[in-house]
Amino acid sequence: MLSRVAHSLYWMARYIERAENIARIVDVNLQLLLDIRNLDEKRLIEYWLPIVQATGDEQAFFKLHPDATGHAVTEFLVFQPENTNSIFQCICQARENARMVRDQITLELWEELNRIYLFIRSPQAREVWRRSSSEFFQEIKSASLHLIGIVNATMVHDEGWWFVQAGQLLERADKTTRILDVRYQTLPEKGVPTIINPNDALEWTAVLRSCSAWDAYKSIYGADVHPRFVAEFLLFDDNFPRSVRFSVNGLNKALRSISGVSDGHFCNDSEKLTGRFLAELQFSTVDEIFEIGLHRYLDEAQSKLNNIGEALFRAYISQPFQSPNEEHMVQQEEQQQQLAASH
Amino acid sequence: MLASYTTNGGFDEMVDVKSDVRSHYRKLRRLFEDLTPGEFEAKRQAIDTAFLRQGITFNVYGDKQGAEKIFPFDLLPRIIPAAEWEFLERGLAQRITALNLFLHDIYHEQKILKDKVIPEFYVLSARHFRREFVNFEVPRGIYIHVCGTDLIRDKDGQYLVLEDNGRCPSGVSYVLENRRAMKRAFSGMFEGVGVRPVENYPQELLKCLKHIAPPGVADPTVVLLTPGAYNSAYFEHTYLARQMGIEIVEGRDLLVRNGRVSMRTTKGLQPVHVIYRRIDDDFLDPTVFRRDSMLGVPGLVQAYRNGNVSLANSIGTGIADDKVMYYFVPRMIKYYLDQEPILPNVPTYLASEEKDKKYILEHLPELVVKAANESGGYGMLMGPKASKDEIEMFRQKVIAEPRNYIAQPMIYLSQHPTYCDGNFEGRHVDLRPFILSGERISIIPGGLTRVALRKGSLVVNSSQGGGSKDTWVLYGDE
Repeated sequence: MLSRVAHSLYWMARYIERAENIARIVDVNLQLLLDIRNLDEKRLIEYWLPIVQATGDEQAFFKLHPDATGHAVTEFLVFQPENTNSIFQCICQARENARMVRDQITLELWEELNRIYLFIRSPQAREVWRRSSSEFFQEIKSASLHLIGIVNATMVHDEGWWFVQAGQLLERADKTTRILDVRYQTLPEKGVPTIINPNDALEWTAVLRSCSAWDAYKSIYGADVHPRFVAEFLLFDDNFPRSVRFSVNGLNKALRSISGVSDGHFCNDSEKLTGRFLAELQFSTVDEIFEIGLHRYLDEAQSKLNNIGEALFRAYISQPFQSPNEEHMVQQEEQQQQLAASH
Repeated sequence: MLASYTTNGGFDEMVDVKSDVRSHYRKLRRLFEDLTPGEFEAKRQAIDTAFLRQGITFNVYGDKQGAEKIFPFDLLPRIIPAAEWEFLERGLAQRITALNLFLHDIYHEQKILKDKVIPEFYVLSARHFRREFVNFEVPRGIYIHVCGTDLIRDKDGQYLVLEDNGRCPSGVSYVLENRRAMKRAFSGMFEGVGVRPVENYPQELLKCLKHIAPPGVADPTVVLLTPGAYNSAYFEHTYLARQMGIEIVEGRDLLVRNGRVSMRTTKGLQPVHVIYRRIDDDFLDPTVFRRDSMLGVPGLVQAYRNGNVSLANSIGTGIADDKVMYYFVPRMIKYYLDQEPILPNVPTYLASEEKDKKYILEHLPELVVKAANESGGYGMLMGPKASKDEIEMFRQKVIAEPRNYIAQPMIYLSQHPTYCDGNFEGRHVDLRPFILSGERISIIPGGLTRVALRKGSLVVNSSQGGGSKDTWVLYGDE
């Protein structure tokens, strides 16, 4: 498979997954606000700011908006074209990547992606948004789920498909850590919090719902929402498809399917780093993590995922792109230095 | 809906001078008569939506928003009866044969120049004549593998060749997609009328491409080289690659090492043997042609010279697109094949011939003046429709650079009923058949019918308000 094609498939999947995650975060938090009483402006900003921080685009946000008001944040995350990670841009970029490899993806996949692209660029998107934001998010979420279904049901499960999986799972693991991190300011720096007030409980429910995890959580832990359990579930659950462990496990499998190297061995950095991170997720407990501090742990997890992404790029995409001329040039330059040194 | 359609003078594809329906359109007209305007409109919208949804679009140059437009599609197909098509096929095959012989000749012995059939000056001064490839043996001796020849019909319905596109002609994907759209919208119609299929074009093209693979390669890897996703024909590139089951590559996906071409894959480098390139010569290889080309592959021309990779079309075919060379095609046919041209040219005046230049300058308001190396309807003067200033501007251009201009009388292209705001009205059409030369010559039945959607307009180019129609070649004559 062409490196460029692998690259586009990988990013197409990442952007689709990203759009869906942002849709869930904004949707859930807008709904949650309806349940919280006595919200003054200051309290509102305290509420919305962490959501911007969770996406990792705080700097870009403050270039465009003075305050993290509800309107500014939702606009930034949903429609703002200047934000490269707004839902609008995610869909445009997913579609652009798909367009680059139009011959490699199925007609069904292309048509659905193109449909949601045409929708988000149409005035209709704003109309739906004004009428009912949850209807709008439903459209985005179901498009993403539909696309994932189409990928699985129509694409040949060969190398290209595994690159799609890798992109999707890496993005999902990253977003789950970020969503879990949204309410870190209500937590002590280290250790498990003992008392949880009702408002906090509501916000932790929102965290779960942002990951489509509320029903799954209840079936295991009951309706008692505690950050310790929420973290345990979203980080370590073996079977919940959005937990970090589940996603990294899938990522590990995808990378091994691409290279053909069996478990316990590795042939490039992306496999090595993924394997290590997976082992850590498999052999850690949530209490240890609260001992380190959840926020710090999640921060490190995000760096690890970033490093995996970069290693994957080096292993399959960028390295073959190094043209012989560049190598040649480097060689010549080195020779020049040796000559200079010997004189 | 078609019952009230009448001709408004000029040659009409569907009706004769008395507005009687020509025999090969009768079945179609009956089928359309049963359609209510509401049903028709619903089908029309369904097709437009489908095109947009499938991204069957072209990019508009210079549009920063990345706008993509659908190529407007008219539902009423253009019909060519069997006998007429057979005639066209013979004419087109004759023409491509002569053009390939001409290219071989001017890149080798140049007999046609030595025999003074074509003045040497015209060939040697042609912008797309590639001196570097004189005496180079192209694989299997074929220069133009894919040719798009534009045909028009004059007021008597006689077919004339307007121009040959021997570089990277585009449009064939619309032929295939238009047919698919028509089949979905009017599934019942095809059986009754008896229309020849067009679907096997990609297979024929792939056969052609494999035919020119370097000797000794049993199972050649064929790729399509595209300028990239921002090219106006990108949809077509991906479409053809997918239909042929080959990789679509950009310049940066390819790499030349030791005179061999490879593509960069996730598993390392993989050799490439045949390149169906959809970039012009100028951009092919920055070490040989335009140095600033970001689209090409450094070293590609050397690999081609070494015979390790084959290109379709070959390098240097642009000279056949030169409108001055066009003037000489009938002479080529006579010279190489000793035959009379089956399909005549439009009468043409060469500005660099003194007698012709005088005529051109005296008759500018009646003539169509064209730059020798432009296409897509650019660099052109339509005398009868031009302002005084435009005419003066072209007068100066012709005087300054006579080699670069030709002139032709205004031909009022044939008309075809076309849906315009709830009614069928006559609009001008042309026809671009696609001719493949490999082991044998094969021509897709029909081709792309382009229609000038603006009333009275004679410009059918998509960049200037043109649309397209499905083209039906019948098994029989009615």
